[in-house]
Amino acid sequence: MISWLKNNRFLISRRISQIGILLLFYVSVHFDWKVGGVEILEGNLSSSTFLGIIPLADPFAALQILFTGHSLFTETLLGAGIILVFYALVGGRSFCSWVCPMNIVTDSSLKLRNWLKIPSAIQISRRVRYYILALALILSALTGVAAFEWISPISMLQRELIFGMKLGWVAAAMIFLFDLFGQRGGWCGHLCPLGAFYSIPGKMSLIRIQFNQDPCTKCGDCHRICPEPQVLNLRRIGEESMVSSGNCTNCGRCVTVCPEDCFQFSFRTKK
Amino acid sequence: MAKTSSRRDFFIRVGQVSTASIVGGALWGHVLVESKANAFALRPPGALPEKDFLATCIKCGQCVDACPYETLSLTKVGEDGEIGVPHFTAREIPCYMCEDVPCARSCPTGALDREIEINDSRMGLAVLIDQEACIAFQGLRCEVCYRQCPLIDKALTINYRPQERTGKHAFFEPVVHSDVCTGCGMCEQVCILEESAIRILPHKLAQGKLGSNYRLGWKEKTKISNFKDSSPEKTKEERQQESNEMLNNALDSLNDMGTLYD
Amino acid sequence: MKRRSFLKASVAASAAAAVGMNLPKEADAALLDYAGQGEGWKWDKSVCRFCGTGCGIQVATKDGKIVSVKGDPQSPVNRGLNCVKGYFNAKILYGKDRLTQPLLRKTNGKFDKKGKFTPVSWDEAFEIMAEKAKKTLKEKGPTGLALFGSGQYTIDEGYAAAKLWKAGFRSNTIDPNARHCMASAVVGFYRVFGMDEPPGCYDDIEVTDTMILWGSNMAEMHPILWSRVTDRKLTSPDRTKIIVLSTYRHRSCDLADTEIIFKPSTDIAIFNFIAKYLIDKDYVNWDFVKKHTVFATSPNNIGYGLPKTDKREKEVILTEEEAIGMGMPEMAGKPWAQKPVGLLYQWAISQEDYTKALEPYTLDFVAKLAKGDEDEDLEEFKAKLVELAELYGEQSRKVVSFWTMGMNQHTRGTWVNELAYAVHLLMGKQSTPGNGAFSLTGQPSACGTAREVGVFSHRLPADKLVFVAPHRAKTEKIWKLPTGTLNPQPGAHAVKMMRDLQAGKLGFHWTMVANPFQTYANINGWIEAAREQDAFIVCSDPYPTISAKVADLILPTAMIYEKWGAYGNAERRTQHWREQVSPPGEAKGDLWQLMEFSKRFQLKEVWGKYDFKINLPVGKFDKMWKEQYGNTLPDVLPGAKEMGYSPEDTLFKVLFENEGKKYKYDANSEVANGHKNHIAEDMGFFAQKAIWEEYRLFGKGNGHDLASFDTYHKVRGLRWPVINGKETQWRYREGFDPYVKPGQGFNFYGPLQKAIYTGDLEDWDKSKPKVKLFTKKENGVIVDGKAKIFFHPYSAPPERPNDKYDLWLCTGRVLEHWHSGTMTRRVPELYRAVPHALVYLHPADATKRGLKRNDLVKVESIRGFVKARIETQGRNQPPKGLIFVPFFDEHVLINKLTLDQTCPLSKETDYKKCAVRITKA
Repeated sequence: MISWLKNNRFLISRRISQIGILLLFYVSVHFDWKVGGVEILEGNLSSSTFLGIIPLADPFAALQILFTGHSLFTETLLGAGIILVFYALVGGRSFCSWVCPMNIVTDSSLKLRNWLKIPSAIQISRRVRYYILALALILSALTGVAAFEWISPISMLQRELIFGMKLGWVAAAMIFLFDLFGQRGGWCGHLCPLGAFYSIPGKMSLIRIQFNQDPCTKCGDCHRICPEPQVLNLRRIGEESMVSSGNCTNCGRCVTVCPEDCFQFSFRTKK
Repeated sequence: MAKTSSRRDFFIRVGQVSTASIVGGALWGHVLVESKANAFALRPPGALPEKDFLATCIKCGQCVDACPYETLSLTKVGEDGEIGVPHFTAREIPCYMCEDVPCARSCPTGALDREIEINDSRMGLAVLIDQEACIAFQGLRCEVCYRQCPLIDKALTINYRPQERTGKHAFFEPVVHSDVCTGCGMCEQVCILEESAIRILPHKLAQGKLGSNYRLGWKEKTKISNFKDSSPEKTKEERQQESNEMLNNALDSLNDMGTLYD
Repeated sequence: MKRRSFLKASVAASAAAAVGMNLPKEADAALLDYAGQGEGWKWDKSVCRFCGTGCGIQVATKDGKIVSVKGDPQSPVNRGLNCVKGYFNAKILYGKDRLTQPLLRKTNGKFDKKGKFTPVSWDEAFEIMAEKAKKTLKEKGPTGLALFGSGQYTIDEGYAAAKLWKAGFRSNTIDPNARHCMASAVVGFYRVFGMDEPPGCYDDIEVTDTMILWGSNMAEMHPILWSRVTDRKLTSPDRTKIIVLSTYRHRSCDLADTEIIFKPSTDIAIFNFIAKYLIDKDYVNWDFVKKHTVFATSPNNIGYGLPKTDKREKEVILTEEEAIGMGMPEMAGKPWAQKPVGLLYQWAISQEDYTKALEPYTLDFVAKLAKGDEDEDLEEFKAKLVELAELYGEQSRKVVSFWTMGMNQHTRGTWVNELAYAVHLLMGKQSTPGNGAFSLTGQPSACGTAREVGVFSHRLPADKLVFVAPHRAKTEKIWKLPTGTLNPQPGAHAVKMMRDLQAGKLGFHWTMVANPFQTYANINGWIEAAREQDAFIVCSDPYPTISAKVADLILPTAMIYEKWGAYGNAERRTQHWREQVSPPGEAKGDLWQLMEFSKRFQLKEVWGKYDFKINLPVGKFDKMWKEQYGNTLPDVLPGAKEMGYSPEDTLFKVLFENEGKKYKYDANSEVANGHKNHIAEDMGFFAQKAIWEEYRLFGKGNGHDLASFDTYHKVRGLRWPVINGKETQWRYREGFDPYVKPGQGFNFYGPLQKAIYTGDLEDWDKSKPKVKLFTKKENGVIVDGKAKIFFHPYSAPPERPNDKYDLWLCTGRVLEHWHSGTMTRRVPELYRAVPHALVYLHPADATKRGLKRNDLVKVESIRGFVKARIETQGRNQPPKGLIFVPFFDEHVLINKLTLDQTCPLSKETDYKKCAVRITKA
């Protein structure tokens, strides 16, 4: 039991974080739950008010709105800035593994896929998400609406989880099936422009996975479990002693899986 | 050889990516344009004009959270209209017109005007859409919509008319005034018919507009104008060009004998 | 229908309406269109369940269910129209929580006052009821047995209730909710005309020029009548004037030419101003006044109907205005002894005294006193008062004054009713087409049942009174009772009934067709009393109301269209209907319940001797009784034996069956027309018809004549007196009322209180502050055939806003809901239309307290509080300092706040004024 907890400590923490954040939103909406007279988190992942005063906003959504040609309140820009700075510090794609509720869907899809040993049906380049990101901004400018926000399955899922479910689960189910039978890790690792967006500030992240090359036996366990295995180029991370790619989601799987304890969370010490 | 191959690969790659982008982009764009289709949606008080509102709303639901009456909801997947943006259904829960407009005040992006005074808001316009079904128009004493209107005697008034059939009763017909009605939807909600005879429609659907070529003399006061400060006339060239155009139009018409002489 | 024939028909209709005729059948048939009739629907005529207007409706049934309703186009009242409540008559029967079986509070299978409601059989229900009733008779005597009835009883139910209580149990502890609604009007009618009920009729509306509303929001409370008022205004906009007098702005003001917002209770001063103005300007029709009226007054220190222990019943401090209004300004701020006396205590005064009494009521004095909106300009207000007086005074102008609860629910309700007649009588504008003071009734059968049948603690059918020996004698004769059966002592009126319950004087309390524990003023104590006192509380109800919740036993009741019945509306129109559908489950009509209950009592159990304190309001009758029986109700069993009754006979047999047996029910008869009659079927005779034919005997030949039972099933109601099949539109007027002989012109022939004292106004003596202002002289006068013009001085209500409770509270209704909402709140559409009671107040009063529209507030009086949301811009717009809260909402029990003050003469509760405060909840 203790060892199970230890081996899954990051998974458990991530789930607590993901569900906890949703729960804070949920109780604000449905029960007007307050601490010291203020709701902890009002709104949803697109934009919210923290502790009744601090604005938070999805910087990618805000960027899309700016691309539609509309200006935004300073407050929203500030909120987007706060989020951007926050993820620049903790690793942009920490959002993906610590906050995004879709992560739970794709993680479970992956687990099932591994268990059923389903072979890959299609191959999509991991670069596609950057094309989609670019396209989202171009389309926002062309159509006058925030293009990705309009169709984002993540937004649909989290919105309906917070405000009441209708068919938002369909979006999640489609991703689940796509990841299960189509591309392995297809949504988060290949298509999601939001992840792509967060990978950019992620490059500057202070929190990093440190890699100690010495005990490494090159067994490949880390590679197999990593949702973005290209970031674990052992030669490169060996040289830098850390995972430097912006696409590392700081999920901590490699830390717990490595039999030689080569990985650990650490602050960036050198470039 | 390798170089040629890689260049060839590169072009193929570019071709693939562009094709995918164009096809994907076109499809995506189509979805965006087509899904902006619920012309009947009612927005919270202070919403920008629909196009701007849809562009700037970040779908965070803070207005929904702020509404004390659970009037507002974000459109869910599978519901009619733009997914994720706030709207309300007057027949279910109308806007109660809070004096402090907490929904608009909570909007982070400006999609809702935070400075809005509730009586100045225009969520839509009440339209007594079916006079045949409305029992007040049949002479019954209903007028529930009128009495429950938060701007009674201003947004909704009663038009009294004698009833010839009975010879001793009157009609009490509710009349909406678009210059005051906020579209809060109370009237639609309380209508006692199975299907409400009075409904809130977005202004675009509800209102006609008098051409600027005619004004109602008994409604708009006139002051005979002083012509001294008239705006400058057009230049000589402009007038010449205009006159030529008109003359040419006339000539075209005159010279086309068509079937006149057959 | 061709346009031409439609036009012809509608012209005929308007013409007929103008002269108040019933249309010939052919003309009306042309208006009918049978298209749209549902498959297999069966239609029958009936009447609307709700207000006193009395609209005719038609009801469609299919498969034992009411499926639709329409306004009856042949009904002269509404010509096919209805209000939004009437529109939903078909739905009131079908709430999801109808009571379908008797429910008794039980623990471990036995009755327990603290137990839980458990379904029981009717037998078990009546068994425990009879046990408790007999125990009460033994321990507390007949007065311990209380029945709270209703102005919504059908006529036969009210009659059976009164008969069972007064003749069977010999208890006068029976009173209807109409006590809270019409009693002041009744006493006013008695004292002015000697006979109850309005002299005029609705046809007044179409022929008058002026309609003046005093404390009536007809637009909401009499919607279809208001439609007629509106038509009158529209079709003759220049000549027709509508004036609305009220303490707050409401919907009727929308149509008014002038709205006069006055301070609570100052209507008396305004009436006095009008009377003075008419005399000063010499507008008075002296010829009429001399021939047909007499001036009169009565004591002015009569208390406020509060509990005897309340110090305001002993003494109050006179306000400056009261002192001036009584002609003794020096008494301002000094104590003024109160000495409640009976309503019979009145005397004639001279014209000089009358004029002298009016002297203080100058325009300046009254305007300053009465102006109810502090933002209104005083001079403007004065101009309105003059305009009002001028309308009454204009010789060629016809004037109708309408009023409802604003004047009846008033600590001086009787007075202000009498003053309304006074101004009309001064001008001779009374009892002629288009002229008259017209008290509108609130309930569908407050007139027809509660008043005419006498479901009051002091009344017997057709204006007979329990303490008047000849009246009892006549009643005992018709009811075939041994002499001395009827109890001469007026019983506890409604409010006293509750006080008696609280004081432990009642052992048995039965509520029918009413919701007293929501609608009485100051309910806090009454609810507690019902639950904590050792009294058996029964409630007949179709739905689980507050009053049902408070009861020990709930009897499931059939609703209006589930039984045969009749209502009498505000213009004396009696309308009958048939049973349309069967009641659900084991629910039964109230008449069935009363008669079944009566089967449980044998004569020997109820008609023995009771020791009994007698103190009758008329000395002559008091002496007569005491000489004959002393302080007892005599043993009448020997007398009963002489009449052929056995001591083992049941009350059912004696009171109902003996006479009833003569009327067999035949569903195939012309009158039944195939309809069921669940009561007749169970009783074995046509109970409703038997009761009707017996009841008719009371009114015959003395101004209350009614047509036969069968006649009413052929017509759309008839206005009594009905003589030779012809109804009467204007009573007391030659040419309309057959009781007025040719050459008389007018004859106010009502027989009651026509022998009165004569007296004068005695000067106030400062050295004797305990003496009444007006004293009687020993000589009397008979005023047969005359009406009385009363003078009463302005009197302030006992509870007024003060530092702690700084607002007036006025309560009332809304159009969408009927009374306590038992029926209308169960119609989903009406519930959605007006789901909650709101607190209507002036925006400035809200701002002053830091409140916003829709805020939840606590409204509080010294007696209790409720929470509700505020509305500052709604249908009712009070002036600063006053709030209005409707009473329909069982979640906003506003009667926790109201004060159980009454008009001391009529005992009618004043729900319109008490002091409250508002804070944010």
